[in-house]
Amino acid sequence: MNAPTTLDHLLPELDLAQLDALEEEAIFILRETAAAFERPALLFSGGKDSCVVLHLAQKAFKLAGSKKTRLPFPLLHVDTGHNFPEVIEFRDRIVAELGEQLIVAHLEDSMARGTVRLASPEESRNGHQSVTLMEAVDEHRFDVLIGGARRDEEKARAKERILSHRDSFGQWQPKNQRPELWTLFNTRLKPGEHMRSFPISNWTELDVWLYIQRERIELPNLYYTHRRDVVRRRGLLVPVTAVTPPAPRETVEQVAVRFRTVGDMTCTCPVESLAASAAEVVGETLTVTVSERGATRMDDRTSEASMERRKKEGYF
Amino acid sequence: MAHALREAPAAVARRPLRFLTAGSVDDGKSTLIGRLLFDSRAILADQLDALEAKAGGGQPIDLALLTDGLEAEREQGITIDVAYRYFATRERKFIIADAPGHEQYTRNMVTAAAGSDAAVVLVDATKLELDDGTGLDRSAAPLQLLPQTRRHALLARLLRVPHIVFAVNKLDVVADPRAAFARVRAALIAFAAEAGFEPAGIVPISALHGDNVSRPSTIADYDGPTLLALLEQLPSESAVDGTALVPVQYVGAQAGDGVGHRSRVLWGRVARGTVAVGAELVVFPSGETARVAELHAAGGRVASVGADRSVGVVLDRQLDVSRGDWLATPGAVAPTARFRATLAWLDSEPAIVGRKYWLRHGNRWLQGRITAIDSRLDITTLTAHAADALAVNDIGDVVVETQQPLPLESFASDRVAGALLVVDPATHRTSGTLLVSEALP
Repeated sequence: MNAPTTLDHLLPELDLAQLDALEEEAIFILRETAAAFERPALLFSGGKDSCVVLHLAQKAFKLAGSKKTRLPFPLLHVDTGHNFPEVIEFRDRIVAELGEQLIVAHLEDSMARGTVRLASPEESRNGHQSVTLMEAVDEHRFDVLIGGARRDEEKARAKERILSHRDSFGQWQPKNQRPELWTLFNTRLKPGEHMRSFPISNWTELDVWLYIQRERIELPNLYYTHRRDVVRRRGLLVPVTAVTPPAPRETVEQVAVRFRTVGDMTCTCPVESLAASAAEVVGETLTVTVSERGATRMDDRTSEASMERRKKEGYF
Repeated sequence: MAHALREAPAAVARRPLRFLTAGSVDDGKSTLIGRLLFDSRAILADQLDALEAKAGGGQPIDLALLTDGLEAEREQGITIDVAYRYFATRERKFIIADAPGHEQYTRNMVTAAAGSDAAVVLVDATKLELDDGTGLDRSAAPLQLLPQTRRHALLARLLRVPHIVFAVNKLDVVADPRAAFARVRAALIAFAAEAGFEPAGIVPISALHGDNVSRPSTIADYDGPTLLALLEQLPSESAVDGTALVPVQYVGAQAGDGVGHRSRVLWGRVARGTVAVGAELVVFPSGETARVAELHAAGGRVASVGADRSVGVVLDRQLDVSRGDWLATPGAVAPTARFRATLAWLDSEPAIVGRKYWLRHGNRWLQGRITAIDSRLDITTLTAHAADALAVNDIGDVVVETQQPLPLESFASDRVAGALLVVDPATHRTSGTLLVSEALP
């Protein structure tokens, strides 16, 4: 049980060189995006997928050994105001270390403007992020947003293009997608429209962790095992926070957990885990029996089609 | 320190294999994909729970339900767009481009085939006229393949998918699997020969029960590799031969030192050949030449880079180069502004002769027009019929003129320099793709 976990032990046959092919593709898409559009932004939340995309962007645009150059686009984060504080701290530290420019769009500003109105103060802010995101797109006239979404996350995302067109309402039209042929991307836009660019479309959760391990990419520490107050609710471990207090009659337990995805506190749940390093997470991922979103996202449980519906509305 | 330069890894030996699956409704395509995901444990407990809930207590789960993605699809019970699925074995990572089989969705099959390393074409043995009901032995008579089988394979061939595999499904429910497979196999080999390709494999399977998908089975007395074993071993092809050709994708930050002057880095993915430090390159279209002073890859400086890898080129003198230009071995490209091509039309508005369209060749956007439509291809037989119009899902022979000369190659010899995208200038929809056949004077 306490024997050291090594990748060689876990993956005697799986050829890590396959990561090179995924990296090549992702960097190619990042350069294509920077070259073909005038005002890109890279969505950076401090979550693991966006950390991987930010790392890939460093490799795509900075010559090895050169610290002087900056990415050819700013980073953008939609802050619901309900993010885990340690993730926000991590986000700001990484941005400062790399010398990049970060634009933060606050959902609370949309609430103040009246463009986001919650049905009740307890309602999750997560589903309203698309409004704030589109307001940031308008304000900064971004014509492409680079994100860390992956096709293996969910059935609706399996049909997503690498460069995905959004109309002037930010809407995705799944029945009217542009055919994507080789790397001859159709990058043409009309005023007001924009594109979403997904460099790690073809990566799986396992690929992401293998890459984090290989490249030693730093993540917020809640991706690794830590003790946290949780309540058990409908088979999920719900973290106890200021905005997600326990219900009456629920028992608060302290459990060793890690997060597999990190988003708004009101809809992100950890899993029980003792994995303290990327290699140990890889080990767990290889033997995992529940899908990433199924284990950790309360919002996707509402209906099987909920992701598709939210994507149509402009959600990432 | 020249000795510190390392060779960039050759095109990764075991790249993920991207393959498309083609089949008609009820051929068992979704079941096959579900079976591959299930056998490779890419299906997780909560997804299985959802399937078991749908199947109801005690009923076998329907593997096909794993792959229906969008709400609209579930309403219609068909796949309406290309969906991508992922699984890995100990040998290889796989990406499935799941192409719908409906005739009206040729555009999706073209999308799935473009860029795939292999195509798995499903043949439903129960739909073939294996027995004419007369009781007479017809085993010597040629078997007629279904039109969709021919269409799927010919589309994959047209788009130069490197490996085409036939999976003959549902042999578990025909009367004499051995005789049936032998006849289907003979018909497929004859058809492939006629179409000019050699199948990478013909495997009898039962997607439902898993025979010869990942588990070897003696169904139809077959003793070859399973479908999965076959796919694990397929080579990932790279256009490594010939003269170097690099479309410039992105002009990057200056490389400050080591060259004696400040020079920009020209990034692009090598389309064919190998680029090496010291080699002479000509810039298209300017025609100016320079030598390679430095080569950069994502991990640092390198001495040479082969096909399918991105490279950052620093030239030994300052030239005006921008995105859309090409770097090539001198004498390797012959620019042309008029050419014959196969046009696959994907737009609901028909192709209009004489209208200006946006074209994308490599990384260059330019205008061009179709000056003549010569014929429409019957994709079931590959015979050409005289035509003067092409509508959605049509494929035909056309003549094209472009606003400026391009370094074109035939699509059969070069998938990068031989393909163009056609975009409607009013709607910006992707209207079609041109596969170059030959340059015209």
